[in-house]
Amino acid sequence: MKPRPVIAQARAEILMTLRRGESLLLALGIPVLLLVFFSEVDVLPVGTRHPVTFLAPGVLALAVMSTAMVGLGIATGFERSYGVLKRLGTTPLGRPALLTAKTAAILVVEVVQVAVLVPVALALGWDPSGGVLAALGAVLVATVAFAGLGLLMAGTLRAEVTLAAANGLYLLLLLLGGMVVPLAKLPGGLRALARLLPAAALSDVLHASLGGDPTPARAWAVLAAWAVVAPALAAAAFRWE
Amino acid sequence: MAAIDVSGLVVRYGEVTAVDGLDLSADAGSVLALLGPNGAGKTTTVETLEGYRRPTAGRVRVMGLDPVTDRRRLAPLIGVMLQRGGVYPTMSARDALGLFAAYYDDPVSPAQLLDLVDLAAVARRPWRTLSGGEQQRVSLALALVGRPRVAFLDEPTAGMDPAARQLLWSVVRRLRDDGVCVLMTTHYLEEAERLADRVVIIDGGRAVAEGTPAELVSAGGGREIRFGAPAGIDTAALGAAVEAAVAEERPGEYLVAGAATPARVASLTAWLAERQLPLADLRAGRQTLEDVFLRLTGERAEAGR
Repeated sequence: MKPRPVIAQARAEILMTLRRGESLLLALGIPVLLLVFFSEVDVLPVGTRHPVTFLAPGVLALAVMSTAMVGLGIATGFERSYGVLKRLGTTPLGRPALLTAKTAAILVVEVVQVAVLVPVALALGWDPSGGVLAALGAVLVATVAFAGLGLLMAGTLRAEVTLAAANGLYLLLLLLGGMVVPLAKLPGGLRALARLLPAAALSDVLHASLGGDPTPARAWAVLAAWAVVAPALAAAAFRWE
Repeated sequence: MAAIDVSGLVVRYGEVTAVDGLDLSADAGSVLALLGPNGAGKTTTVETLEGYRRPTAGRVRVMGLDPVTDRRRLAPLIGVMLQRGGVYPTMSARDALGLFAAYYDDPVSPAQLLDLVDLAAVARRPWRTLSGGEQQRVSLALALVGRPRVAFLDEPTAGMDPAARQLLWSVVRRLRDDGVCVLMTTHYLEEAERLADRVVIIDGGRAVAEGTPAELVSAGGGREIRFGAPAGIDTAALGAAVEAAVAEERPGEYLVAGAATPARVASLTAWLAERQLPLADLRAGRQTLEDVFLRLTGERAEAGR
């Protein structure tokens, strides 16, 4: 794989993401809003003395899901419906290079998100206690899992349906993902279901690691399973036009 | 080695046979036009050559390579203009050309291409805000970024105004002069006649005629006379006078199925003159490509009925 096409493609993908108002809202606007609002307005049953202690890891998990699943899924769905993916298929870029570029673009956007969200959380009084490596690892594995889900939708559904499905799934996983509402507050059956989903697995690991606790093995296992299954399904089912 | 070499191509989608035993060949520095009505199999053929579809049967080679299994080696050698779309809607022509330029080892500069397709004035506008014809010209420019040896243009002039069409024609001629093999589909007969070195007329997935435009219009030429006159004249009486069958193909358009000898033309015009019937149009011998096209695709439609 030659570096020049990959770098140019990744650069184009990043610029398109950062220039789209709706993707900025999704990547930064909503996470910052949730973080600030619920840290300052104590209405959520977060169960900690400082809401930001719970909210900061949860909102970081939300940010990863927004970019890797929703942003990627919607953008790729429209690229497919506009014939862009088809057209790229006859250039020397190639699929591995395209996927590499998209992955790189997601990671760069995630770095921007972390660079914005962490200072905001610190300013709100967040006091993380280590566990950065485990958190980074969880973010990487979750990125693969969410990207697989996003591409599965983008490669099988019409663009408009992908748009609706990705947003619906976003809201569902936001509520069931332990991101703004602690899993402990969910009814038992729903909680058991939520723990099998990648969102809750990611926020579990982030809450534990950034809170200085040992990370739960079950959450790692759920995350890893999604990171294998979702991209495999996407690769098998993806239709390029 | 022919730049494009197709033999016995069959492409089926489930029950539907889109291409049914097609042979094509085109050399470097030539323009091959695929002409045919909608649904004839033109786009399926082109997309098989581009590597988008696997042939159900038959052999396809572009620059000696199999478009599906040798995709990586072939991609730098071909340029593709899809029938529509294919460009990021929010990206400007300049940025799209710059991005595509990064895919190739020795690209044409975006500025040069923008001049070639006369889009410098709108180079910074997002693709989706351009007119249909401008979008087509961006697609054309994108097909040429990598200095292709074979260019596939699928209905390149659809949606173009006459000036843009002239521009495309001059670009195609230039490509041919530079040794590029150009395969284009069209349903504009005039375009094929003006531009193509060889024309293949396809209908129902099969080639129904092929040759140079001159060969096609002269094939069967001299054996018929076409003329225009008021609708509903007595074709039986006229047929007796010219000693050949006369048919009213469409109201007011007649075909005399007999050699276009001066004697027969004279008896035709004499017969009309006696009855003081005006003669709107008269073609003896030479047909247009449109005549050939309508006759061939019409025959097939008749046979299918």
